[in-house]
Amino acid sequence: MSMNFKELVKDFTNGLWAENPIIRLVIGMCPTLAVTNTASNGLAMGLATSFVLIMSEIVISIIKKLIPANVRIPSYILIIATFVTFTDYFLKAFFPGIAASLSIFIPLIVVNCLILGRQEAFASKNPTHRAIADGLGMGIGFTWVLTLLGIIREVFGMGSIFGFQVLGEWYRPMVIMVLPAGAFITLGILVGIMNQISREGK
Amino acid sequence: MEEFTQILLLFISTVLINNFVLIRFLGICPFLGVSKQVETAFSMGLATTFVMTLTAAATWMINTFILEAFNLPFLQYVSFIIVIASLVQFVEMFIKKTSPVLYKALGIFLPLITTNCAIMGLALLIPLNGYSFIASVVFGFGAGVGFTLAIVLMAGLREKLEFGDVPGVLKGVPVTLIIAGIMAMAFMGFSGLISM
Repeated sequence: MSMNFKELVKDFTNGLWAENPIIRLVIGMCPTLAVTNTASNGLAMGLATSFVLIMSEIVISIIKKLIPANVRIPSYILIIATFVTFTDYFLKAFFPGIAASLSIFIPLIVVNCLILGRQEAFASKNPTHRAIADGLGMGIGFTWVLTLLGIIREVFGMGSIFGFQVLGEWYRPMVIMVLPAGAFITLGILVGIMNQISREGK
Repeated sequence: MEEFTQILLLFISTVLINNFVLIRFLGICPFLGVSKQVETAFSMGLATTFVMTLTAAATWMINTFILEAFNLPFLQYVSFIIVIASLVQFVEMFIKKTSPVLYKALGIFLPLITTNCAIMGLALLIPLNGYSFIASVVFGFGAGVGFTLAIVLMAGLREKLEFGDVPGVLKGVPVTLIIAGIMAMAFMGFSGLISM
């Protein structure tokens, strides 16, 4: 029992740092760059992606034996697309503001390599409880990097965090940080810093 | 004549002003993954352009004649991804038959075009912008040309970078992202080119 529990904890923490989808594996880049112009957009995108990831990992780990090997990828994509449609309609109905600011990047969760990658690498080979742990870990790993990126860009670009003004009148916002160029440069430097941290840890 | 001008402007704005990779953030994965050599980057760009043009035509027809006609918008994502996956499969078979060398060079990246968000993004942007059939095809082709331009430029820079003295922690992905940021700044210069 304790062995099982240890395994679950390991599956969960894997996605947070050691195999973090953005920092370590560099996948799922499009939403990472596109919708992190504010902290709340980053957080919302992270949560929406995590939901789709966890739900499809659960379904696929349950029905994995029923899917023939040579049509598995199309089947995974269909399952993912169903949850994405659900998420999109849910956000449009209850959080129209968020849905509008994330625009086409909600439907684009369908083609996020992170989600398909986890189905292929994990959910299709492991029991459901481990798939849930993996989905939670990867989801939180994805979300925290997106939120951090959003916070950095919002502070420098608008002087606020989650819409609250934190820097005073004296601060002149660097508009470049909320523009596309700022996204690339911020993420580049962030990945560099993370590389340095993990190198020192060794 | 008026219409022709409109189409031409749409093409230019898709390639330069609203570049899919550098301004809209679509197709970042292959942009970072397949941009080590100019030659491979160019083939990848060609294959993507081909798939994009076909996707634009196919998804426009499906959206107009099936999804809108029968009021089935909730099937949009599911049907688009199926169309894209089958088109990519078709292109893969075609290249394998006509040019085995190119097929080998593209390798794993060819099937991965399916999960290239630039293609799905294109399919989603067309109904959102309400383009006509011809405008959609031009939009798809322009998006492909813009993608090819960005990825080839990036590959050229990275080939030179091989000889540069990059700090250890920034090697690989970080420095590529920073260069992409500088390229995005340069592309922002096009934004005043046309007022649509």
